Amino acid sequence: MSEAIKVEIVSPEQLVFSQDASSVTVPGVEGYFTVMGEHAPLMSILKHGFVTVQADKDTKSFYVGGGFVDVSPKGVSILAEVAKTSADFSEEQIQEEIKIAKEQLQKAKDADETSVAQAILDGFSNFADEVKNMRPSGF
Amino acid sequence: MVASAKLRKAQEAAESSRPYAVRMGTVLNGLGAAYADREDAPKLLGGTGNDKIHLLIVATAERGLCGGFNSSIARLARDHANKLISEGKTVKIITIGKKGNDILKRLFPDNIIENISLRDVKRIGYSDALSIGQKVLDMFDNEEFDVATLFFSQFKSIISQIPTAHQLIPAKIEASKTEEKAQVVSYDYEPDEATILADLLPKNISVQIFSALLENAAGEMGAKMSAMDNASRAAGDMIDALTLSYNRQRQAQITKELIEIISGAEAL
Repeated sequence: MSEAIKVEIVSPEQLVFSQDASSVTVPGVEGYFTVMGEHAPLMSILKHGFVTVQADKDTKSFYVGGGFVDVSPKGVSILAEVAKTSADFSEEQIQEEIKIAKEQLQKAKDADETSVAQAILDGFSNFADEVKNMRPSGF
Repeated sequence: MVASAKLRKAQEAAESSRPYAVRMGTVLNGLGAAYADREDAPKLLGGTGNDKIHLLIVATAERGLCGGFNSSIARLARDHANKLISEGKTVKIITIGKKGNDILKRLFPDNIIENISLRDVKRIGYSDALSIGQKVLDMFDNEEFDVATLFFSQFKSIISQIPTAHQLIPAKIEASKTEEKAQVVSYDYEPDEATILADLLPKNISVQIFSALLENAAGEMGAKMSAMDNASRAAGDMIDALTLSYNRQRQAQITKELIEIISGAEAL
């Protein structure tokens, strides 16, 4: 088990998330990458996509709409222009996003674009499941 | 009471936006320091090479009744504009908020190019700042100005707001402390330094505007509260003074009438 890292997700409006984690996966411009403890200092621009934070057995994911990540010995700071959890979306919005992602997937010309669209589709599908679990049908 | 609840909200908003702005500042300082003196530095950092046309972005409140809050920002902007004009430079002004526009419109009717109203905005969101930032960047790309300065009020406490001028373009890089410098050296960049810097600089403009707007909102509420407080106190003092003079006059009237009656009775 590698050393824990401090992960912070910050949007201009607020500190969205701040916790120790064992690993964090972010959507860098050149593809998703995972940061674990004692990572070399790195700075990267982020595409819109999903940040996944792994802490012990807990996994949390956040939707980020562009920004950048700063990996330093002090921890990982993700500065995102938009940072949302599944709770910030309504079910309809998620369905809408899934629809858009599916269209993107169809339009994708090469392997890169396909994987990006697929990742976003998977992320929103996960969100849809989370939302369903949180708000049981019957309401 | 209403003002203090609003103040608390505005203050919280201003505080929760700080982590982002602070980190953005640290990263930019680290990156920018290396680029500041280079020829190929991005224009947002290195400037256009001229300083003929100045853009002043003056952020004030939408409403009055907040003491000297609006006029102190406007005064700072006015002095700055007058100084630039006397140096023979062209001044363009964008006002955010009605009050500042009212004051500056009288002084510089020809220099104001736009007034952005946030009157309908209840809670200032990042998207508001983003659209203003975009507007400024578009103007910069069209070479409509060389230097942009943002005027706003820094929220220190309820009773003290400091009108501040902050240069947005070209970005000011604070010399980082030697201690921090040592840590910055071994960074990996993806894709590369220049691209990241080019991506961050425009974002930084919006972030700066956003935090200025939030500081302003908190400052306005604070100023409003102390203005209200002063007004209540002044009204109380006035009531005391008026009650005193009312009683004196009443007493004088009674005495006068008594004297008339007594002297009338004596005469009989």
